[in-house]
Amino acid sequence: MSGSGNVQMIKAGGLSIEVERRGAGRPLLLLASEEQLESGSSFVDELAKKFEVIMPSPPGFGTSERPDWMGNPDDLSYIMLDVIDVLGLKDVTLVGFSLGGWIAAEMAVKNTTKISKLVLVDAYGVKIGGPYDRDIMDIWTDHPSKVVTAKWANPENGKRDFSTMNDDQLTVVARNMESFARFCWSPYMHNPNLRQRLHRVTVPTLFIWGEKDGITAPSYGEAYSKLVPGAKFVKIANAGHYPHLEATDAFMSALNGFIN
Amino acid sequence: MRAWHFTEMPYPNLPPIESLSTMRVSLPNKLFDPKIGADLYNRYLDEYMIADDLGLDMLCNEHHQTATCIDVCAPLTAAILARQTSKGQICILGNPIANRGDPIRIAEEMAMIDCISRGRLEVGFVRGVPYEIFAANSNPTETVERLWEGIDLVTKAWSPVDEPFNFEGKFTHRRAINLWPRPYQTPHPAIWITGSSDLENIKRAAARGFVFATFLQPHTKVKWMFDGYRSAYQDMGLPGGGGTAYMPLVYTADSEEEAEKGARELTWYLNAKTEPQYRNPPGYVPVDFNVNALKGTFTGRTDAMRAKSMEFLKEEGVMVYGTPDSVAKQLKRLYDLVGGFDHLLMMQQAGWLDHARTVKSMSLFAKEVFPQIKDLPRTKPLNTKAAAE
Repeated sequence: MSGSGNVQMIKAGGLSIEVERRGAGRPLLLLASEEQLESGSSFVDELAKKFEVIMPSPPGFGTSERPDWMGNPDDLSYIMLDVIDVLGLKDVTLVGFSLGGWIAAEMAVKNTTKISKLVLVDAYGVKIGGPYDRDIMDIWTDHPSKVVTAKWANPENGKRDFSTMNDDQLTVVARNMESFARFCWSPYMHNPNLRQRLHRVTVPTLFIWGEKDGITAPSYGEAYSKLVPGAKFVKIANAGHYPHLEATDAFMSALNGFIN
Repeated sequence: MRAWHFTEMPYPNLPPIESLSTMRVSLPNKLFDPKIGADLYNRYLDEYMIADDLGLDMLCNEHHQTATCIDVCAPLTAAILARQTSKGQICILGNPIANRGDPIRIAEEMAMIDCISRGRLEVGFVRGVPYEIFAANSNPTETVERLWEGIDLVTKAWSPVDEPFNFEGKFTHRRAINLWPRPYQTPHPAIWITGSSDLENIKRAAARGFVFATFLQPHTKVKWMFDGYRSAYQDMGLPGGGGTAYMPLVYTADSEEEAEKGARELTWYLNAKTEPQYRNPPGYVPVDFNVNALKGTFTGRTDAMRAKSMEFLKEEGVMVYGTPDSVAKQLKRLYDLVGGFDHLLMMQQAGWLDHARTVKSMSLFAKEVFPQIKDLPRTKPLNTKAAAE
């Protein structure tokens, strides 16, 4: 958590879960990407002017507890639904980025009684092609420099200076990387059962995708969106896997048009 | 002191190393010429048989998707040697039980080889080095858990039962386990574990009476690991009674000049490069190691090794080379520096070291070095309770 909101630990599903809250208004549950870069970005402050932005760290991320039995985003989604119940939220706008988007999709196929809108931004979670197709770039077997060029329209935007971080912050970075691998290693970056369940998502859904995303290409995102009844799909120019960070204005324009 | 011959069975016939970004995982397999491969496999197996004739024991391992090691199945090698030799011990170091995914098959194969060899098998279990994750597609954050679940299941499966038993663990589910055959040795072959830094893991192995082996490490680190082992060792009645094992690169020759040339060939193994993403998959090492990696203070063994000279590596005990008397002296020095050890594992072949030079080195070692070190005493545990019993 690098943001300016109020950070608390709550108990959800029996686990100790970190939650940051910022702003006031209707609840917007923001599920960060695996790198948790969202909290420190200005677009969250902009959202916080109209919504109460609630950012829980799923088990294994941030300082949230990670029990041994936690295996994949399907497991994580139950705890995130528990967070909604524990905080007494209703009429939630659920926005998920990358891994957060996958978790959001897993939540939405289970229970949308307290969720009123769903936004998936460059999300993982399904496999579109056949056994020999690489639907999602393999971020763990490819050379790190190739991953950076695929992830960011402008690789300079992806530079992180670890030398300025203290040990607690570095521990979060290292643990996030480990948890991401633990939950998403195999089947690679998807749940084979998710695509058969997406018909259950009955809330209005928007997919926002960076046009230059080389990890989950726009064609993947578009095919994914067709699995959710009535979902809209919009591309953001000059942006890769994190359009909210690389093309914030265009992203907010697309998002605000849908959530307000 | 027991002395074991070892080669990783490399395929060195590659384009210039400087032109490659990696020799492991993603080096295209179209570079493998099966005719050359056939010659290499048969040659390396011949060398193991020569080792047996010379009175040395035989150590093999397995790796996958790499030019550094085309032995992709240690049980196959061990089975061939079980049938083709009759004197020496055969040790697999080790079965990649965390990556292979089927501990029951491993248990069966080991039992079969133990029978064919009439009780000459020693069985290692390893977590596997980081790059092995990719060929097996095992989850890098789960390898330690898988290793121990697998070891426990294999040792149970080797035991005699009156009826089949079930096992519904985290990584393996079986409903009717009842192994035919059972191992030749009682209660089962000696078990070996490897390691390089996890003292908890080393002590856990020691408490089970396993042999602990480490490779290509500076002697100060080896002593630290062996002291940890000895402080926790419990005799569990396994064949051989546990012990410590160390592997340097070893080359023996008639002259110092020849020895240096041969030893230089062996450094091919230390120089084998691997792309960064294969060297440290997320969660393979604990979070605090990765915090140091982010700070740039943890580079792993091979980067540090690659930068050093042969003289330095000889001083550290990572390389042992020279005339027979010099080699014997170096080994005795190493023995004293690490508080004693029980098994000398020798990488006597690597890279381009050809058959003639390999055999010459092995023969000189067996005839003129081994007699000087074979009576070095078995090392004792440090904990006085075990020593007193």
